[in-house]
Amino acid sequence: MSELALQPVAIVVFLALFLLVTVMGFMGARWRRGDLDTLHEWGLGGRRFGTVVSWFLLGGDLYTAYTFVAVPALVFSAGAIGFFAVPYTVIVYPLFYMVFPRLWRICKQHGYLTAPEFVRGRFDSRALSLAVAVTGILATMPYIALQLVGMQVVIAALGLSGSGIMADVPLFVAFLVLAAFTYTSGLRAPAIIAMVKDVLIYATVIVAVVVIPMQLGGWAHIFAAVPAAKLTLPVPTAHTLGSYGAYATLALGSALALFLYPHSMTAALSASGGRVLQRNAMLLPAYSFILGLLAMLGFMALAYGVGHAPQFAAGFRHYGPNFAVPALILSAFPSWFVGVAFAAIAIGALVPASIMSIATANIFTRDIYKTYLKPNATDAQESSMAKLVSLLVKLGALIFILALPATAAIEFQLLGGIWIIQTLPSVFLGLSRWRLRPGALLLGWACGMVVGTAMAASTHFKTAIFPLHLGAFTAPGYAALYGLIVNLAVAIVLSAILNAFRSAEAAARDPAARFGF
Amino acid sequence: MKSPGPTRATAWRVLLAVPVIAVLWVPSFDRTGPALWGFPFFYWYQLLWVPLSSAIIGLVFLFERRRSGPSEDEG
Repeated sequence: MSELALQPVAIVVFLALFLLVTVMGFMGARWRRGDLDTLHEWGLGGRRFGTVVSWFLLGGDLYTAYTFVAVPALVFSAGAIGFFAVPYTVIVYPLFYMVFPRLWRICKQHGYLTAPEFVRGRFDSRALSLAVAVTGILATMPYIALQLVGMQVVIAALGLSGSGIMADVPLFVAFLVLAAFTYTSGLRAPAIIAMVKDVLIYATVIVAVVVIPMQLGGWAHIFAAVPAAKLTLPVPTAHTLGSYGAYATLALGSALALFLYPHSMTAALSASGGRVLQRNAMLLPAYSFILGLLAMLGFMALAYGVGHAPQFAAGFRHYGPNFAVPALILSAFPSWFVGVAFAAIAIGALVPASIMSIATANIFTRDIYKTYLKPNATDAQESSMAKLVSLLVKLGALIFILALPATAAIEFQLLGGIWIIQTLPSVFLGLSRWRLRPGALLLGWACGMVVGTAMAASTHFKTAIFPLHLGAFTAPGYAALYGLIVNLAVAIVLSAILNAFRSAEAAARDPAARFGF
Repeated sequence: MKSPGPTRATAWRVLLAVPVIAVLWVPSFDRTGPALWGFPFFYWYQLLWVPLSSAIIGLVFLFERRRSGPSEDEG
Protein backbone atom coordinates (compact mmCIF):
# COMPACT_ATOMS: atom_id res chain seq x y z
CA MET A 1 0.00 0.00 0.00
CA SER A 2 1.45 3.34 -1.04
CA GLU A 3 2.00 6.04 1.57
CA LEU A 4 0.68 9.59 1.21
CA ALA A 5 2.44 11.65 -1.46
CA LEU A 6 4.78 14.51 -0.54
CA GLN A 7 3.34 17.98 -1.34
CA PRO A 8 6.37 20.28 -1.81
CA VAL A 9 4.55 23.50 -2.81
CA ALA A 10 1.98 23.11 -0.07
CA ILE A 11 4.74 22.47 2.47
CA VAL A 12 6.54 25.70 1.55
CA VAL A 13 3.36 27.80 1.91
CA PHE A 14 2.50 25.96 5.11
CA LEU A 15 5.92 26.58 6.64
CA ALA A 16 5.93 30.26 5.64
CA LEU A 17 2.59 30.85 7.38
CA PHE A 18 3.70 28.84 10.38
CA LEU A 19 6.85 30.94 10.64
CA LEU A 20 4.79 34.12 10.43
CA VAL A 21 2.61 33.19 13.38
CA THR A 22 5.61 32.03 15.38
CA VAL A 23 7.18 35.46 15.07
CA MET A 24 3.85 37.10 15.91
CA GLY A 25 3.46 34.87 18.96
CA PHE A 26 6.79 36.01 20.38
CA MET A 27 6.11 39.65 19.54
CA GLY A 28 2.84 39.32 21.43
CA ALA A 29 4.80 39.79 24.66
CA ARG A 30 5.27 43.44 23.74
CA TRP A 31 1.71 44.04 22.57
CA ARG A 32 -0.37 46.16 24.98
CA ARG A 33 2.57 45.91 27.30
CA GLY A 34 1.97 44.73 30.83
CA ASP A 35 4.03 43.17 33.58
CA LEU A 36 4.15 39.52 32.49
CA ASP A 37 5.50 38.57 35.91
CA THR A 38 1.97 38.77 37.29
CA LEU A 39 -0.63 36.10 36.65
CA HIS A 40 -3.25 38.72 35.88
CA GLU A 41 -1.17 39.91 32.92
CA TRP A 42 0.34 36.60 31.74
CA GLY A 43 -2.75 34.47 32.23
CA LEU A 44 -5.54 36.94 31.50
CA GLY A 45 -3.93 39.59 29.29
CA GLY A 46 -4.61 42.18 31.99
CA ARG A 47 -8.37 42.01 31.25
CA ARG A 48 -7.85 44.55 28.49
CA PHE A 49 -9.23 42.96 25.32
CA GLY A 50 -11.92 45.01 23.59
CA THR A 51 -14.77 43.82 21.37
CA VAL A 52 -12.69 43.03 18.28
CA VAL A 53 -9.78 41.24 19.97
CA SER A 54 -12.20 39.30 22.20
CA TRP A 55 -14.13 38.25 19.13
CA PHE A 56 -11.02 36.80 17.51
CA LEU A 57 -9.81 35.28 20.75
CA LEU A 58 -13.12 33.63 21.68
CA GLY A 59 -13.67 32.52 18.10
CA GLY A 60 -10.16 31.11 17.85
CA ASP A 61 -10.63 29.39 21.18
CA LEU A 62 -14.08 27.84 20.82
CA TYR A 63 -13.96 26.77 17.19
CA THR A 64 -10.86 24.61 17.43
CA ALA A 65 -8.88 22.85 14.73
CA TYR A 66 -10.27 19.60 15.94
CA THR A 67 -13.79 20.93 15.42
CA PHE A 68 -12.89 21.87 11.88
CA VAL A 69 -11.68 18.35 11.19
CA ALA A 70 -14.11 16.34 13.32
CA VAL A 71 -17.45 18.01 12.49
CA PRO A 72 -17.17 17.44 8.71
CA ALA A 73 -15.73 13.98 9.50
CA LEU A 74 -18.88 13.10 11.44
CA VAL A 75 -21.09 14.44 8.64
CA PHE A 76 -18.98 12.45 6.17
CA SER A 77 -19.38 9.20 8.08
CA ALA A 78 -22.74 9.54 9.89
CA GLY A 79 -24.67 12.19 7.94
CA ALA A 80 -27.30 14.53 9.41
CA ILE A 81 -26.53 13.79 13.07
CA GLY A 82 -23.15 15.51 12.62
CA PHE A 83 -24.97 18.74 11.90
CA PHE A 84 -25.86 19.00 15.62
CA ALA A 85 -22.89 21.36 15.77
CA VAL A 86 -25.16 24.05 14.31
CA PRO A 87 -28.00 23.95 16.87
CA TYR A 88 -25.28 23.55 19.52
CA THR A 89 -23.61 26.80 18.53
CA VAL A 90 -27.00 28.55 18.15
CA ILE A 91 -27.89 27.72 21.76
CA VAL A 92 -24.54 28.81 23.14
CA TYR A 93 -24.89 32.56 22.66
CA PRO A 94 -28.24 33.36 24.29
CA LEU A 95 -26.84 31.47 27.27
CA PHE A 96 -23.56 33.34 27.03
CA TYR A 97 -25.44 36.66 27.01
CA MET A 98 -27.34 35.71 30.16
CA VAL A 99 -24.45 34.36 32.20
CA PHE A 100 -21.09 35.79 31.25
CA PRO A 101 -21.43 39.54 31.64
CA ARG A 102 -22.59 38.89 35.21
CA LEU A 103 -19.80 36.43 35.93
CA TRP A 104 -17.26 38.81 34.40
CA ARG A 105 -18.41 41.66 36.67
CA ILE A 106 -18.16 39.57 39.83
CA CYS A 107 -14.75 38.16 38.90
CA LYS A 108 -13.45 41.64 38.12
CA GLN A 109 -14.75 43.05 41.43
CA HIS A 110 -13.15 40.30 43.47
CA GLY A 111 -10.02 39.79 41.36
CA TYR A 112 -10.89 36.19 40.43
CA LEU A 113 -8.99 34.67 37.50
CA THR A 114 -10.70 31.26 37.41
CA ALA A 115 -14.08 29.60 37.97
CA PRO A 116 -12.90 27.58 41.01
CA GLU A 117 -11.75 30.83 42.59
CA PHE A 118 -15.25 32.26 42.16
CA VAL A 119 -16.78 29.09 43.62
CA ARG A 120 -14.46 29.27 46.63
CA GLY A 121 -15.48 32.84 47.37
CA ARG A 122 -19.15 32.37 46.63
CA PHE A 123 -19.68 29.24 48.73
CA ASP A 124 -16.85 29.58 51.28
CA SER A 125 -15.85 26.03 50.45
CA ARG A 126 -12.35 24.87 49.56
CA ALA A 127 -13.57 21.32 48.91
CA LEU A 128 -16.13 22.40 46.32
CA SER A 129 -13.60 24.70 44.70
CA LEU A 130 -11.09 21.85 44.49
CA ALA A 131 -13.70 19.61 42.86
CA VAL A 132 -14.37 22.27 40.21
CA ALA A 133 -10.62 22.84 39.71
CA VAL A 134 -9.76 19.17 39.29
CA THR A 135 -12.71 18.61 36.95
CA GLY A 136 -11.55 21.52 34.80
CA ILE A 137 -7.98 20.25 34.56
CA LEU A 138 -9.06 16.66 33.81
CA ALA A 139 -11.50 17.75 31.12
CA THR A 140 -9.00 20.04 29.40
CA MET A 141 -6.00 17.70 29.13
CA PRO A 142 -7.50 15.37 26.49
CA TYR A 143 -8.85 18.43 24.67
CA ILE A 144 -5.29 19.71 24.24
CA ALA A 145 -4.26 16.25 23.04
CA LEU A 146 -7.02 16.39 20.42
CA GLN A 147 -5.66 19.66 19.05
CA LEU A 148 -2.37 17.87 18.48
CA VAL A 149 -4.30 15.07 16.75
CA GLY A 150 -5.80 17.67 14.39
CA MET A 151 -2.29 18.88 13.65
CA GLN A 152 -1.03 15.33 13.14
CA VAL A 153 -3.66 14.72 10.46
CA VAL A 154 -2.63 17.70 8.33
CA ILE A 155 1.08 17.00 8.78
CA ALA A 156 0.46 13.49 7.49
CA ALA A 157 -1.63 14.84 4.61
CA LEU A 158 1.31 17.03 3.58
CA GLY A 159 3.19 13.77 3.09
CA LEU A 160 5.52 14.47 6.01
CA SER A 161 4.81 11.24 7.81
CA GLY A 162 8.22 9.63 7.81
CA SER A 163 8.87 6.35 9.50
CA GLY A 164 10.14 5.48 12.95
CA ILE A 165 11.32 8.35 15.14
CA MET A 166 11.19 10.76 12.15
CA ALA A 167 7.42 10.37 12.00
CA ASP A 168 6.92 12.52 15.08
CA VAL A 169 9.51 15.20 14.37
CA PRO A 170 7.17 17.75 12.69
CA LEU A 171 4.67 17.48 15.52
CA PHE A 172 7.47 17.85 18.04
CA VAL A 173 8.69 21.03 16.34
CA ALA A 174 5.16 22.48 16.30
CA PHE A 175 4.85 21.61 19.95
CA LEU A 176 8.10 23.40 20.85
CA VAL A 177 6.97 26.53 19.03
CA LEU A 178 3.62 26.46 20.82
CA ALA A 179 5.21 25.91 24.22
CA ALA A 180 7.80 28.62 23.76
CA PHE A 181 5.52 31.46 22.71
CA THR A 182 2.92 30.58 25.32
CA TYR A 183 5.64 30.63 27.96
CA THR A 184 7.00 34.02 27.00
CA SER A 185 3.85 35.90 25.95
CA GLY A 186 0.99 34.30 27.90
CA LEU A 187 -2.54 34.99 26.68
CA ARG A 188 -1.35 37.78 24.39
CA ALA A 189 0.20 35.21 22.03
CA PRO A 190 -2.98 33.28 21.14
CA ALA A 191 -4.90 36.57 21.02
CA ILE A 192 -2.65 37.95 18.32
CA ILE A 193 -2.30 34.65 16.41
CA ALA A 194 -6.07 34.14 16.46
CA MET A 195 -6.43 37.00 13.98
CA VAL A 196 -4.19 35.33 11.39
CA LYS A 197 -5.85 32.01 12.00
CA ASP A 198 -9.30 33.43 11.40
CA VAL A 199 -8.34 35.18 8.19
CA LEU A 200 -6.97 31.86 6.90
CA ILE A 201 -10.00 29.87 8.08
CA TYR A 202 -12.49 32.31 6.57
CA ALA A 203 -10.55 32.36 3.29
CA THR A 204 -10.43 28.56 3.15
CA VAL A 205 -14.09 28.05 3.94
CA ILE A 206 -15.36 30.75 1.60
CA VAL A 207 -13.22 29.45 -1.26
CA ALA A 208 -14.33 25.89 -0.48
CA VAL A 209 -18.04 26.63 -0.50
CA VAL A 210 -17.73 28.59 -3.75
CA VAL A 211 -15.20 26.53 -5.71
CA ILE A 212 -16.07 22.96 -4.78
CA PRO A 213 -19.81 23.19 -5.61
CA MET A 214 -18.79 24.69 -8.96
CA GLN A 215 -16.50 21.72 -9.60
CA LEU A 216 -19.21 19.29 -8.58
CA GLY A 217 -22.04 20.94 -10.55
CA GLY A 218 -23.84 22.80 -7.75
CA TRP A 219 -25.12 22.15 -4.25
CA ALA A 220 -28.03 20.04 -5.48
CA HIS A 221 -25.51 17.60 -6.99
CA ILE A 222 -23.56 17.43 -3.75
CA PHE A 223 -26.67 16.57 -1.72
CA ALA A 224 -27.79 14.12 -4.41
CA ALA A 225 -24.57 12.16 -3.82
CA VAL A 226 -25.55 11.64 -0.16
CA PRO A 227 -27.50 8.45 0.59
CA ALA A 228 -31.11 9.37 1.55
CA ALA A 229 -30.73 7.71 4.96
CA LYS A 230 -27.88 10.08 5.85
CA LEU A 231 -29.55 13.25 4.56
CA THR A 232 -32.04 13.64 7.42
CA LEU A 233 -32.45 12.04 10.83
CA PRO A 234 -34.33 8.73 10.91
CA VAL A 235 -37.89 9.35 12.20
CA PRO A 236 -38.27 7.73 15.64
CA THR A 237 -40.71 4.86 16.15
CA ALA A 238 -43.56 4.99 18.68
CA HIS A 239 -41.69 3.88 21.80
CA THR A 240 -38.51 5.91 21.56
CA LEU A 241 -37.22 9.44 21.08
CA GLY A 242 -34.70 7.85 18.73
CA SER A 243 -32.28 10.05 16.87
CA TYR A 244 -34.28 13.18 17.78
CA GLY A 245 -33.46 12.69 21.44
CA ALA A 246 -29.78 12.16 20.62
CA TYR A 247 -29.63 15.20 18.32
CA ALA A 248 -31.34 17.65 20.67
CA THR A 249 -29.59 16.51 23.86
CA LEU A 250 -26.17 16.54 22.16
CA ALA A 251 -26.80 20.12 21.05
CA LEU A 252 -28.11 21.29 24.43
CA GLY A 253 -25.56 19.41 26.53
CA SER A 254 -22.61 20.54 24.43
CA ALA A 255 -23.83 24.14 24.62
CA LEU A 256 -24.15 24.02 28.40
CA ALA A 257 -20.71 22.42 28.73
CA LEU A 258 -18.81 24.71 26.37
CA PHE A 259 -18.49 27.73 28.60
CA LEU A 260 -17.63 25.70 31.68
CA TYR A 261 -14.35 24.64 30.09
CA PRO A 262 -11.47 26.58 31.62
CA HIS A 263 -10.26 27.86 28.25
CA SER A 264 -13.65 29.44 27.44
CA MET A 265 -13.74 30.99 30.88
CA THR A 266 -10.23 32.41 30.51
CA ALA A 267 -10.98 33.93 27.10
CA ALA A 268 -14.25 35.43 28.36
CA LEU A 269 -12.75 36.85 31.54
CA SER A 270 -9.95 38.54 29.58
CA ALA A 271 -12.47 40.94 28.01
CA SER A 272 -12.28 44.56 29.08
CA GLY A 273 -15.96 44.89 29.99
CA GLY A 274 -19.34 43.22 30.35
CA ARG A 275 -20.66 44.94 27.27
CA VAL A 276 -17.73 43.65 25.24
CA LEU A 277 -19.10 40.20 26.03
CA GLN A 278 -22.69 41.16 25.24
CA ARG A 279 -21.63 42.52 21.86
CA ASN A 280 -19.68 39.33 21.28
CA ALA A 281 -22.75 37.21 22.04
CA MET A 282 -24.27 38.97 19.04
CA LEU A 283 -21.15 38.78 16.82
CA LEU A 284 -19.75 35.31 17.56
CA PRO A 285 -22.52 33.48 15.64
CA ALA A 286 -20.60 34.51 12.50
CA TYR A 287 -18.27 31.62 13.38
CA SER A 288 -21.24 29.28 13.81
CA PHE A 289 -22.32 30.08 10.28
CA ILE A 290 -18.83 29.24 9.01
CA LEU A 291 -18.93 26.04 11.06
CA GLY A 292 -22.26 25.10 9.46
CA LEU A 293 -20.75 25.58 6.00
CA LEU A 294 -17.68 23.65 7.06
CA ALA A 295 -19.87 20.75 8.09
CA MET A 296 -20.92 20.60 4.45
CA LEU A 297 -17.33 19.70 3.52
CA GLY A 298 -18.26 16.25 4.82
CA PHE A 299 -20.88 15.87 2.08
CA MET A 300 -18.53 17.39 -0.49
CA ALA A 301 -15.98 14.74 0.43
CA LEU A 302 -18.66 12.10 -0.11
CA ALA A 303 -19.58 13.61 -3.49
CA TYR A 304 -15.90 13.67 -4.45
CA GLY A 305 -15.62 10.01 -3.52
CA VAL A 306 -12.38 10.60 -1.58
CA GLY A 307 -13.13 7.55 0.56
CA HIS A 308 -12.44 5.24 -2.39
CA ALA A 309 -9.48 7.10 -3.88
CA PRO A 310 -6.35 4.87 -3.74
CA GLN A 311 -4.00 7.81 -3.08
CA PHE A 312 -5.79 8.51 0.24
CA ALA A 313 -6.15 4.92 1.42
CA ALA A 314 -3.20 5.22 3.80
CA GLY A 315 -4.68 8.39 5.34
CA PHE A 316 -8.09 6.87 5.96
CA ARG A 317 -6.48 3.75 7.35
CA HIS A 318 -4.58 5.79 9.95
CA TYR A 319 -7.03 8.55 10.76
CA GLY A 320 -10.46 7.20 9.80
CA PRO A 321 -13.11 9.76 8.78
CA ASN A 322 -10.90 12.53 10.20
CA PHE A 323 -8.96 12.26 6.96
CA ALA A 324 -12.01 13.31 4.90
CA VAL A 325 -11.34 17.07 5.03
CA PRO A 326 -7.61 16.87 4.25
CA ALA A 327 -8.38 14.46 1.39
CA LEU A 328 -11.03 16.81 0.00
CA ILE A 329 -8.67 19.78 0.20
CA LEU A 330 -5.94 17.82 -1.59
CA SER A 331 -8.40 16.79 -4.34
CA ALA A 332 -10.08 20.12 -4.92
CA PHE A 333 -7.43 22.82 -4.55
CA PRO A 334 -4.18 23.79 -6.27
CA SER A 335 -1.10 22.94 -4.29
CA TRP A 336 -0.38 26.43 -2.90
CA PHE A 337 -3.91 26.75 -1.58
CA VAL A 338 -3.62 23.34 0.05
CA GLY A 339 -0.77 24.90 2.02
CA VAL A 340 -3.00 27.81 3.09
CA ALA A 341 -5.86 25.53 4.13
CA PHE A 342 -3.62 23.14 6.06
CA ALA A 343 -1.87 26.05 7.75
CA ALA A 344 -5.32 27.32 8.79
CA ILE A 345 -6.03 23.99 10.47
CA ALA A 346 -2.61 23.71 12.13
CA ILE A 347 -2.63 27.30 13.38
CA GLY A 348 -6.22 26.70 14.40
CA ALA A 349 -4.81 24.03 16.71
CA LEU A 350 -2.13 26.29 18.18
CA VAL A 351 -4.55 28.97 19.39
CA PRO A 352 -6.86 26.80 21.52
CA ALA A 353 -4.02 24.55 22.67
CA SER A 354 -2.21 27.62 23.95
CA ILE A 355 -5.29 29.06 25.69
CA MET A 356 -6.16 25.66 27.18
CA SER A 357 -2.70 25.27 28.67
CA ILE A 358 -2.85 28.81 30.07
CA ALA A 359 -6.30 28.19 31.56
CA THR A 360 -5.16 24.95 33.18
CA ALA A 361 -2.07 26.70 34.50
CA ASN A 362 -4.17 29.52 35.96
CA ILE A 363 -6.36 27.00 37.76
CA PHE A 364 -3.46 24.97 39.09
CA THR A 365 -1.69 28.10 40.30
CA ARG A 366 -4.62 29.88 41.89
CA ASP A 367 -6.67 26.97 43.15
CA ILE A 368 -4.14 24.31 44.10
CA TYR A 369 -0.68 25.90 44.46
CA LYS A 370 -1.76 29.10 46.16
CA THR A 371 -4.64 27.56 48.11
CA TYR A 372 -2.92 24.47 49.42
CA LEU A 373 0.83 24.56 48.81
CA LYS A 374 2.04 28.13 49.16
CA PRO A 375 -0.65 30.50 50.44
CA ASN A 376 1.69 33.50 50.62
CA ALA A 377 3.11 33.14 47.09
CA THR A 378 4.13 36.45 45.53
CA ASP A 379 2.90 37.68 42.15
CA ALA A 380 6.16 36.67 40.52
CA GLN A 381 6.07 33.18 42.07
CA GLU A 382 2.48 32.73 40.88
CA SER A 383 3.37 33.73 37.37
CA SER A 384 6.47 31.51 37.13
CA MET A 385 4.51 28.56 38.52
CA ALA A 386 1.82 29.10 35.88
CA LYS A 387 4.40 29.29 33.08
CA LEU A 388 5.93 26.02 34.27
CA VAL A 389 2.54 24.29 34.53
CA SER A 390 1.58 25.45 31.03
CA LEU A 391 4.67 23.60 29.75
CA LEU A 392 3.95 20.46 31.77
CA VAL A 393 0.33 20.32 30.62
CA LYS A 394 1.33 20.48 26.96
CA LEU A 395 4.09 17.95 27.46
CA GLY A 396 1.52 15.64 29.05
CA ALA A 397 -0.74 16.06 26.03
CA LEU A 398 2.15 15.32 23.64
CA ILE A 399 3.12 12.16 25.50
CA PHE A 400 -0.56 11.18 25.60
CA ILE A 401 -0.97 11.21 21.83
CA LEU A 402 2.43 9.73 21.04
CA ALA A 403 1.99 6.89 23.50
CA LEU A 404 -1.69 6.08 23.03
CA PRO A 405 -3.81 5.65 19.90
CA ALA A 406 -5.83 8.69 18.74
CA THR A 407 -9.03 6.91 19.76
CA ALA A 408 -7.93 7.20 23.40
CA ALA A 409 -7.83 11.00 23.15
CA ILE A 410 -11.28 11.02 21.54
CA GLU A 411 -12.73 8.78 24.23
CA PHE A 412 -11.22 10.87 27.02
CA GLN A 413 -12.52 14.03 25.43
CA LEU A 414 -15.97 12.50 25.34
CA LEU A 415 -15.64 11.85 29.06
CA GLY A 416 -14.29 15.40 29.53
CA GLY A 417 -17.57 16.84 28.25
CA ILE A 418 -19.54 14.63 30.63
CA TRP A 419 -17.37 15.72 33.54
CA ILE A 420 -17.09 19.44 32.93
CA ILE A 421 -20.87 19.92 32.72
CA GLN A 422 -21.10 18.68 36.33
CA THR A 423 -19.59 21.98 37.48
CA LEU A 424 -22.59 23.88 36.09
CA PRO A 425 -24.60 24.04 39.34
CA SER A 426 -21.64 25.48 41.28
CA VAL A 427 -20.59 28.01 38.63
CA PHE A 428 -23.77 29.13 36.84
CA LEU A 429 -26.24 28.72 39.72
CA GLY A 430 -23.64 30.36 41.93
CA LEU A 431 -24.65 33.51 40.06
CA SER A 432 -28.27 33.18 41.15
CA ARG A 433 -29.96 34.22 44.38
CA TRP A 434 -30.68 30.63 45.29
CA ARG A 435 -29.17 29.61 48.61
CA LEU A 436 -27.48 26.46 47.39
CA ARG A 437 -25.25 24.82 49.98
CA PRO A 438 -21.67 23.69 49.24
CA GLY A 439 -22.15 20.23 50.74
CA ALA A 440 -25.21 19.64 48.56
CA LEU A 441 -23.41 20.93 45.47
CA LEU A 442 -20.44 18.66 46.16
CA LEU A 443 -22.64 15.58 46.57
CA GLY A 444 -24.57 16.53 43.41
CA TRP A 445 -21.28 16.90 41.53
CA ALA A 446 -20.13 13.46 42.71
CA CYS A 447 -23.45 11.83 41.72
CA GLY A 448 -23.37 13.49 38.30
CA MET A 449 -19.77 12.38 37.68
CA VAL A 450 -20.57 8.79 38.63
CA VAL A 451 -23.84 8.57 36.67
CA GLY A 452 -22.40 10.21 33.54
CA THR A 453 -19.22 8.13 33.57
CA ALA A 454 -21.15 4.90 34.18
CA MET A 455 -23.45 5.68 31.24
CA ALA A 456 -20.45 6.26 28.96
CA ALA A 457 -18.78 3.10 30.27
CA SER A 458 -21.91 1.11 29.40
CA THR A 459 -21.27 1.93 25.74
CA HIS A 460 -17.56 1.08 26.18
CA PHE A 461 -16.78 4.80 25.64
CA LYS A 462 -17.75 4.49 21.98
CA THR A 463 -20.56 7.04 22.18
CA ALA A 464 -21.86 9.54 24.69
CA ILE A 465 -25.46 8.66 23.81
CA PHE A 466 -27.11 6.58 26.50
CA PRO A 467 -30.42 4.77 25.83
CA LEU A 468 -32.39 5.68 28.95
CA HIS A 469 -35.27 3.24 29.53
CA LEU A 470 -38.40 4.65 31.14
CA GLY A 471 -40.70 1.64 31.33
CA ALA A 472 -41.44 0.66 27.74
CA PHE A 473 -40.21 4.01 26.43
CA THR A 474 -36.60 4.68 25.42
CA ALA A 475 -35.03 8.12 25.52
CA PRO A 476 -31.57 8.05 23.94
CA GLY A 477 -29.74 11.13 25.20
CA TYR A 478 -26.36 12.71 25.88
CA ALA A 479 -24.96 11.12 29.06
CA ALA A 480 -23.61 14.52 30.19
CA LEU A 481 -27.14 15.91 30.31
CA TYR A 482 -28.53 12.91 32.20
CA GLY A 483 -25.69 13.19 34.70
CA LEU A 484 -26.44 16.91 35.07
CA ILE A 485 -30.12 16.24 35.80
CA VAL A 486 -29.16 13.87 38.65
CA ASN A 487 -26.58 16.40 39.85
CA LEU A 488 -29.09 19.28 39.87
CA ALA A 489 -31.77 17.22 41.60
CA VAL A 490 -29.41 16.20 44.41
CA ALA A 491 -27.97 19.70 44.83
CA ILE A 492 -31.32 21.49 44.89
CA VAL A 493 -33.27 19.02 47.05
CA LEU A 494 -30.47 18.60 49.57
CA SER A 495 -29.95 22.37 49.77
CA ALA A 496 -33.65 22.84 50.46
CA ILE A 497 -33.52 20.28 53.26
CA LEU A 498 -30.37 21.82 54.78
CA ASN A 499 -31.87 25.30 54.56
CA ALA A 500 -35.04 24.17 56.33
CA PHE A 501 -32.97 23.28 59.39
CA ARG A 502 -30.76 26.36 59.28
CA SER A 503 -31.05 29.03 61.96
CA ALA A 504 -31.98 32.53 60.83
CA GLU A 505 -28.65 33.73 62.16
CA ALA A 506 -26.65 31.24 60.06
CA ALA A 507 -28.73 32.06 57.01
CA ALA A 508 -27.89 35.74 57.40
CA ARG A 509 -24.18 34.85 57.31
CA ASP A 510 -24.53 33.03 53.96
CA PRO A 511 -21.60 34.08 51.75
CA ALA A 512 -24.08 35.04 49.01
CA ALA A 513 -24.71 38.23 50.99
CA ARG A 514 -21.14 39.35 50.19
CA PHE A 515 -22.05 39.42 46.51
CA GLY A 516 -25.12 41.55 46.96
CA PHE A 517 -27.52 38.76 46.09
CA MET B 1 -9.35 52.75 29.66
CA LYS B 2 -12.65 51.82 31.22
CA SER B 3 -15.50 50.29 29.29
CA PRO B 4 -19.05 50.15 30.59
CA GLY B 5 -20.29 47.22 32.63
CA PRO B 6 -23.01 44.87 31.47
CA THR B 7 -26.58 46.07 31.07
CA ARG B 8 -29.20 45.26 33.72
CA ALA B 9 -31.36 42.24 33.04
CA THR B 10 -34.83 43.01 31.67
CA ALA B 11 -37.87 41.01 30.65
CA TRP B 12 -36.69 41.29 27.03
CA ARG B 13 -34.41 38.34 27.77
CA VAL B 14 -37.43 36.04 27.35
CA LEU B 15 -36.84 36.52 23.62
CA LEU B 16 -33.54 34.68 23.96
CA ALA B 17 -35.48 31.45 24.48
CA VAL B 18 -36.90 31.62 20.95
CA PRO B 19 -33.83 30.45 18.98
CA VAL B 20 -33.06 27.82 21.63
CA ILE B 21 -36.51 26.26 21.36
CA ALA B 22 -36.52 26.54 17.57
CA VAL B 23 -33.35 24.52 17.05
CA LEU B 24 -34.15 21.94 19.74
CA TRP B 25 -37.57 21.17 18.26
CA VAL B 26 -36.19 18.58 15.86
CA PRO B 27 -39.50 17.27 14.36
CA SER B 28 -40.18 20.78 13.02
CA PHE B 29 -37.27 20.61 10.57
CA ASP B 30 -36.36 16.96 9.98
CA ARG B 31 -37.28 16.81 6.30
CA THR B 32 -35.68 17.48 2.93
CA GLY B 33 -38.19 19.88 1.32
CA PRO B 34 -38.55 22.64 0.39
CA ALA B 35 -34.97 22.96 -0.78
CA LEU B 36 -33.21 26.32 -1.09
CA TRP B 37 -30.32 26.74 -3.58
CA GLY B 38 -29.95 22.97 -3.53
CA PHE B 39 -29.81 22.81 0.29
CA PRO B 40 -32.39 20.42 1.81
CA PHE B 41 -34.72 22.08 4.36
CA PHE B 42 -32.97 20.37 7.31
CA TYR B 43 -29.75 22.25 6.57
CA TRP B 44 -30.81 25.68 5.43
CA TYR B 45 -33.44 26.05 8.12
CA GLN B 46 -30.97 25.40 10.95
CA LEU B 47 -28.36 27.61 9.31
CA LEU B 48 -30.97 30.36 9.05
CA TRP B 49 -31.29 30.33 12.85
CA VAL B 50 -27.67 31.40 13.17
CA PRO B 51 -28.21 34.96 11.85
CA LEU B 52 -31.69 35.04 13.43
CA SER B 53 -30.31 34.25 16.87
CA SER B 54 -27.64 36.88 16.37
CA ALA B 55 -30.33 39.44 15.46
CA ILE B 56 -32.43 38.53 18.50
CA ILE B 57 -29.44 38.86 20.84
CA GLY B 58 -28.63 42.21 19.22
CA LEU B 59 -32.21 43.39 19.71
CA VAL B 60 -32.22 42.45 23.39
CA PHE B 61 -28.87 44.20 23.84
CA LEU B 62 -30.18 47.38 22.18
CA PHE B 63 -33.29 47.48 24.37
CA GLU B 64 -31.26 46.87 27.52
CA ARG B 65 -28.61 49.40 26.61
CA ARG B 66 -31.26 52.05 26.12
CA ARG B 67 -32.64 51.19 29.56
CA SER B 68 -29.26 51.13 31.31
CA GLY B 69 -27.82 54.18 29.60
CA PRO B 70 -24.64 54.16 27.55
CA SER B 71 -22.17 55.13 30.26
CA GLU B 72 -23.03 53.07 33.31
CA ASP B 73 -19.95 52.48 35.49
CA GLU B 74 -18.26 49.20 36.19
CA GLY B 75 -20.17 47.17 38.76
